[in-house]
Amino acid sequence: MSEAGTKDHATLAKEFNKDEERVDWHDGALWWIRQKRDRSANQTPQWEELREAASSIKNHLLSHLHEYLLQFEANLIKNGVKVYWANDAQEHNEIVYSILKAKNIDQMVKSKSMLTEECHLNEYLAERGIDVINSDLGEYIQQLDEEPPSHIVLPCIHKRKEEIGELFHEHLGTEKGLSDPTLLTRVARQHLRNVFLTRRAALTGVNFAVAETGEYVVCTNEGNADMGAHLSEVQIASMGLEKLIPEKKHLGVFLRLLARSAIGQPITIYSSHYKKPRKGQEMHLILVDAGRTRQLGRPDFRDSLKCIKCGGCMNTCPVYRKSGGLSYHNTISGPIGAILAPNIDMKEHADLPFASTLCGSCSNVCPVKIPIHEQLYKWRQVIVKEGYAANTKALSMKAMAWTLGSPDVYTKVGKAGRWFLKHLSFTVNNKLNPWYRQRDMPEVPKESFEEWYKKNKDNKDKDPK
Amino acid sequence: MNTREKILEAVLNNQPPATPLPDLAMFRNGGPGRPSQGPGIVQQYIDIFRGIGGQLFCVDELDAVKTLIGENFDTSKRLVTTLPELGLIAELYQPAADPHSFKDVELAIIRANLAVAENGAVWLTEDRMGQRILPFICQHLAVIVDTSTIVPTMHEAYEQIGVGNYGFGGFIGGPSKTADIEQALVLGAHGPITMTVFLIK
Repeated sequence: MSEAGTKDHATLAKEFNKDEERVDWHDGALWWIRQKRDRSANQTPQWEELREAASSIKNHLLSHLHEYLLQFEANLIKNGVKVYWANDAQEHNEIVYSILKAKNIDQMVKSKSMLTEECHLNEYLAERGIDVINSDLGEYIQQLDEEPPSHIVLPCIHKRKEEIGELFHEHLGTEKGLSDPTLLTRVARQHLRNVFLTRRAALTGVNFAVAETGEYVVCTNEGNADMGAHLSEVQIASMGLEKLIPEKKHLGVFLRLLARSAIGQPITIYSSHYKKPRKGQEMHLILVDAGRTRQLGRPDFRDSLKCIKCGGCMNTCPVYRKSGGLSYHNTISGPIGAILAPNIDMKEHADLPFASTLCGSCSNVCPVKIPIHEQLYKWRQVIVKEGYAANTKALSMKAMAWTLGSPDVYTKVGKAGRWFLKHLSFTVNNKLNPWYRQRDMPEVPKESFEEWYKKNKDNKDKDPK
Repeated sequence: MNTREKILEAVLNNQPPATPLPDLAMFRNGGPGRPSQGPGIVQQYIDIFRGIGGQLFCVDELDAVKTLIGENFDTSKRLVTTLPELGLIAELYQPAADPHSFKDVELAIIRANLAVAENGAVWLTEDRMGQRILPFICQHLAVIVDTSTIVPTMHEAYEQIGVGNYGFGGFIGGPSKTADIEQALVLGAHGPITMTVFLIK
């Protein structure tokens, strides 16, 4: 967020695009993951049926959320877990702080949690003298660089290994110029092992929470959530209300889809089911609203709450791949971020639904079948209606509506346009028009289709070829 | 009205009209006409587990595991097991031990409840782990899997697990890994660097 400031997606994307070599590499890295996802999905029988089932389960969950929340809460309490409810980021952060303060804890280790990123928990705790270390390797690297994650599954996908080597040199004292991924990972492993062994408190996110049993599942490939949690005396889990699923057997559907959709892996290395604290340990769980009930009340957009945070829509999105996650200036970037963010703050995120070609690729890979591109389109309408569209966009849209709304104007403007493109193309193709930044002009036709048709109508009768 | 009541009220007011749950019966055994057991799913398990970076040995009986461990691991370091049958080659874990005391474990040897053919993962409950931290903190993890416990997909796995009377349980599908640095696959992130399955006939 700090880096982005008040700049919009287009401006930040333009900055990212300055380094063409990096853009090509970023584009290729994400497309490679998309291809792995395809291979994995194609090898899984009944893939489409699984997506449909996952979508139906989440639809059902949202339509019975009230009763499942109550059931989940009752089961958590029965399991010996302390339950908290937080209206917003502030309340969430206060709860975490109070839990730590009661135990005189001033250091905590945290595994990947987009929710706590969204709440700016680390900053909040730092101001109160509590040090938090992110243990997911990608998030750890982003934390060293004081940058938010650029991707929900691959937090530092935009960084080159040389840049990471430089960060490690600066912060962890590794040799200058070291950039081998295996060696860098080993250094982080050593360093974070000491962190895990010395932290009395560990916070994790939640991938799925089962109403039926009161347990929650955390998925990682690195094992960092478990290293933190099982060595801690205070374990905290933060989850958005929408992470619930009704029954345990539904995990079968979601765990089959999650890692395949995310990175083309058959399942994450660790799918840990936390149910009760171990002897001598405290377990706390915070249920966070932070705009989710509001989104639930928007019929056009509530589907976005079905998201299981696989990141598949980012990997496939042509705009995301070429603009980088940080240009979305929101914790959750890419297509899904662009339909979640306007619900939180429509004015600040008014630009995000426009950061899309509406090609629909995101909707095609989504494991829970969220019609993401349709929601992007609907958000655009809401944003324009509410008066939050950027001036340039609003003006050109008005002009377009005017042109298309009147056949006479359309014909005249078309004629004028062709003349302009032919004789004075610099007035259109200049740096004031963002369309031409990475594009060149097509050949200008001599006449419009209508003009051609009028002229050829008679010819056609004579010479039907 | 406190936060809890406020949130619950907002949920009740905003939730959409009821929709039904889907029937998951069609996914049994990975779809119609697929084998639920037998050599087919055992071979699938072997192939997939090796494919995700795991090491796998097929053995006739537990005794053979002792020899293979001697041949494949550094037995001069600390080996811990939850299986009394392996008490001669590894230290039997102590239930009362502080989880931090396992920080120098080179190899942990435990027995899985079941294994899943479609993804290579094993399911372990807390009682099989000994301590929750053990399969995560060790440098190398070895898991004994009985062929008869292999199920085709996650659906059959959850059918067997049921509601479950455990405090902690988990699927483990290979050595810990990361690809956070330029998408280069590195085995051994924070958990074990290798995972070995001894598949017993």
